Amino acid sequence: MSVSKEQVQERVVEALASFGPDADTITPSATFEELDIDSLDLVELAQIVEDEYGVVLKGEDMKELKTVGDAVELITARAA
Amino acid sequence: MGEKRRVVVTGIGAVTPLGVGALTLHERWAAGEVGIKDGAGACTSFNPSDFLSVKEARRLDRFSQFGVVASDEALAQAGWGAEKPYDSMRIGTVLATGIGGISTVESNHDLMRDVGVNRISPLGVPMYMPNAGAAAISMRHGLQGQSFGIVSACTSGAHALGLATRMIQYGDADAVVAGGAEATLTEFGFACFRAVQALSEVGISRPFDARRDGFVMGEGAGVMVLEEAEAAIARGATILGEIAGFGSTSDAGHLTAPDPTGRPAATALTLAMKDAGVTPADICYVNAHGTSTELNDASETRALKLALGEYAYKIPISSTKSTIGHLLGAAGAVEAIATLQALNHRVIPPTLGLEVPDEALDLDYVPGSARELVFSGAGAPVALSNSFAFGGHNVGLIIKGQG
Repeated sequence: MSVSKEQVQERVVEALASFGPDADTITPSATFEELDIDSLDLVELAQIVEDEYGVVLKGEDMKELKTVGDAVELITARAA
Repeated sequence: MGEKRRVVVTGIGAVTPLGVGALTLHERWAAGEVGIKDGAGACTSFNPSDFLSVKEARRLDRFSQFGVVASDEALAQAGWGAEKPYDSMRIGTVLATGIGGISTVESNHDLMRDVGVNRISPLGVPMYMPNAGAAAISMRHGLQGQSFGIVSACTSGAHALGLATRMIQYGDADAVVAGGAEATLTEFGFACFRAVQALSEVGISRPFDARRDGFVMGEGAGVMVLEEAEAAIARGATILGEIAGFGSTSDAGHLTAPDPTGRPAATALTLAMKDAGVTPADICYVNAHGTSTELNDASETRALKLALGEYAYKIPISSTKSTIGHLLGAAGAVEAIATLQALNHRVIPPTLGLEVPDEALDLDYVPGSARELVFSGAGAPVALSNSFAFGGHNVGLIIKGQG
C-alpha cells in the first residue's frame, strides 16, 4: 500500500489533536515536547499508525522522533 | 508522644449526584431533594470539559476526574493558590477508592477481546490503578509529600481522612489533601453488586425503613484540605472544623455481612470518641453509614446503642445515602463533608424515604424534613460519622464544627 506524505500528515495531525494539543499548533516543525506529547501518547500514535498503514513502529523508532515532521517522514517511508 | 497535633479542615470539595460542589450537597439534601434516578446515583451534571483539558480528561478515569475536581474546590476554599502555604514536600495526598478505574479496565478488556492483546492502551494501567486519583491530585497541585491510595471498600474514604489526620498528628506532614472517589456505575459494576444481593431491587434508598431492600449505588468524590491547627491559624486560614478523632476495627467475621452483634463496629466508634477526648454526651449529630440494606441498618443500630448508651436514643441520626445513594469508596469522605456542613449550618438534613418504621430500629433517624442542630452551645458542635464495609472494616470519625 502506498500513501502520500500529505495523507499521513493529515492522519497524524488528527491523531495527535485527539490527545490534547490544538490542531493549529501541530505543524511539521513542532516538537513533541512543545506539544506536550509524551511517550505514552507516542505508543498510542504507533497503534493508530499500525492499524491504518500496517506500519509497525517500535520503541527504538519512536525514541528518535523529535518533531511531527520526523514521524510523518518515517511513517511515509515505511508504508511505501 | 506528647500532646497530639490538632488537625483542622480548611477546605472541602465534593462531586455528588446532587451536583458539583460541597454546598450544593448540603443545601439540596437539607431541602429534601434526592439525587437518585432510575436506581442509580449518577453525577449527571458533571461535565469533565468544564474543569479539565482534553489531555487531562483523557488520561483520567472518571473516578480520578471526580477526585481532581473535588480537590480543586477544596484547595480554592482553603485559599491555596499556585504558591502553597507549606513546603510542598510536607503536603501529602491521600485519595481512597473502593474499586478504582473499572470503566478503564472494561474498555481495555473489550479492546483485547475484540481487536487483540496488542491494542490495549498504554494509558490503561495508569488510569485504572487505584492510586491514580491520588497521583493525579498530587501532580495537578504540585504536592510532593507522601501520596497514596487507600482501599477498604466502603470505609475507604473514612480511612483516608483518619490516616491523613494521623500523618499530620505524627508530624509526617503539615497538610494533607485527603478524601475518596468512586465511579462504578457500569453494567458490569451493577451486575457485580447485584450478584452479592446488596442492591435495592426497587431502586430506592430508604435507610432504616422497614421496606428497605438494599443500597442504591452512586458515584462521586469528596476531598478535604487538612492542616496542622497552629500553622493554619498562623497563616490566617478560615477554620471550618476539625477531624478530632479516628477509630477503626475489623469484624474478622463474614466476608460481606456485618457482625450481627455490632460489637466490633461499636468499638471503632468508642475508639474515635476516646481519640477525640469526647463522650456520647458531647455528640449532637450522628451521620450514619445507613446503607438501606437489611443487615447494615440493623447492626449499625446495635453498634450505636453499644457505643453511645442511653445517648443513642437522644442524638439525631441521619443517612446521606438517602439522598445520593452509596458512593462506596467515596462515601466516608463525602459523608464527613456532609457532617461538617450540618454542624456549621446548624441544620441536620433528614433521612429521606424513611416512612415506615422498623420496630427493631428504635432510634431517632430524623425522618421527614431537616431539623435545627441543637447543641449545648459551649465550644464547637461535635458529630460522629460512621463507615462500615465489605470485608468487615469499621471506621468512626469524630468531627468538630465551628463554634
